[in-house]
Amino acid sequence: MSGDVSWWGLAASLLLVGVAIAISLRERLRLERDMLVAVARSLAQLLLVGAALGLIVDEGTWIGWSFVWVAGMVTFAAVTVARRAPALPAVLPIAATAIGSSAALGLGLLFVLQVFPVEGRTVVPLAGMVVGNALSATVVTVRRTVDAFAERRADLEARLALGLPSTEAARPTVRNVLRLAIAPDVERIKALGIVVLPGAMTGLILAGVDPLDAVRVQLALMYVILGAVATSTTITALLGTRRLFTPDHRLVVLRRSAADEG
Amino acid sequence: MALFELDGVTVAGDGRPRLRDVTLALPDTGVTVLQGPSGSGKSTLLRLLNRLEAPDEGTVRYRGEDLAQRDVLAHRREVGMVFQAPVVFPGTVADNLAVARPEEPPEELLERVGLPASFLERDASTLSGGEAQRACLARALATRPHVLLMDEPTSALDPAAAEVIERLARELAGGGVPVVLVTHDDAQARRVGDRIVRVEDGRVAA
Repeated sequence: MSGDVSWWGLAASLLLVGVAIAISLRERLRLERDMLVAVARSLAQLLLVGAALGLIVDEGTWIGWSFVWVAGMVTFAAVTVARRAPALPAVLPIAATAIGSSAALGLGLLFVLQVFPVEGRTVVPLAGMVVGNALSATVVTVRRTVDAFAERRADLEARLALGLPSTEAARPTVRNVLRLAIAPDVERIKALGIVVLPGAMTGLILAGVDPLDAVRVQLALMYVILGAVATSTTITALLGTRRLFTPDHRLVVLRRSAADEG
Repeated sequence: MALFELDGVTVAGDGRPRLRDVTLALPDTGVTVLQGPSGSGKSTLLRLLNRLEAPDEGTVRYRGEDLAQRDVLAHRREVGMVFQAPVVFPGTVADNLAVARPEEPPEELLERVGLPASFLERDASTLSGGEAQRACLARALATRPHVLLMDEPTSALDPAAAEVIERLARELAGGGVPVVLVTHDDAQARRVGDRIVRVEDGRVAA
């Protein structure tokens, strides 16, 4: 394809990392080690993924392997959420449910509506976009939910004291959390094209695809991602909220040390 | 029959227990004051009564019935609570009362706490401390509680506003709604209490 970056081109792009390292050394940012590690890891991880994708994309490969890969991504994403936002009880199964559902919904829509064909070439990359976005949104939602329950303890208990069931007492708090978690994606979509030239589209154009074709792919992806983010945040907040109350409608006391992590 | 009975109640805390082996009966008339220094466990004791807290050991009974067996939502509508700092919800005073699914007209609720009906349309966040606490009291009364719990209800208020709340507590108790009031203030305990229970270091002093 005309947009191929040769191995020599890849090596040349590392020159810019050299600039960043030089700045870090000169300004004593002490980031140079991290930068080297990041570059090395990104090289190793992505080359490995690229090689593995090569196997998956191959027409002779059973399509089921693509979905096995997707399941692996969802699992890895859930574990990442649990590591980065450990304060919520039972965060792992909650994150797995939320991210798994949003992946199923997102991919399901794209494939059922035949936006993309179900092929080795499409399944894993599309799932990657959906799962990656759902992952960050889920982390934000878990942290915000735990924080909101600490900050709004008085409001929540005042509602419980009026005899409201826990789900109802939590509703205004959950609404706030969801609004805050979904708003950044809405803002990002508004800024599309003006400030941000999104990754998939940029990649396609660089690879020689007609810009308008690239735009259509990108837009379809963005809309599906918005839906996936809304799905995973809502599921996370609703399931997470249940874990923050006892069955007899009391607030669960979280250890602050755990809530402060991450 | 006692209004509330605590039998060997212990509530664990971070490190030391917040209440240890408390056995106590609260009468079903007048104003009972739970008085003690901050951190003594008196608020924990109060919060056991509408099950915002549950005992780790022992039982809490309401009119002879184990709270663990009661429908907690119905119990909380029967046992109203006013908190230390007035907690107003977003919206107008009328919105605040509506959250409690009131069983009487909102105008009458405001009248019972000495606020004019014109307050219904006021944005609750613009009320003064005393007005806000009275609105919260009206909201607590909206469920027609048989008992009212008050957790340091005047500690965030100026003396004039505090006096109004104290008077309302006395009026409610006089009108047949027993009040359990928590305070660290000795003088207030003597002014409003028909009976004073001293709480110290997680225990009830004899």
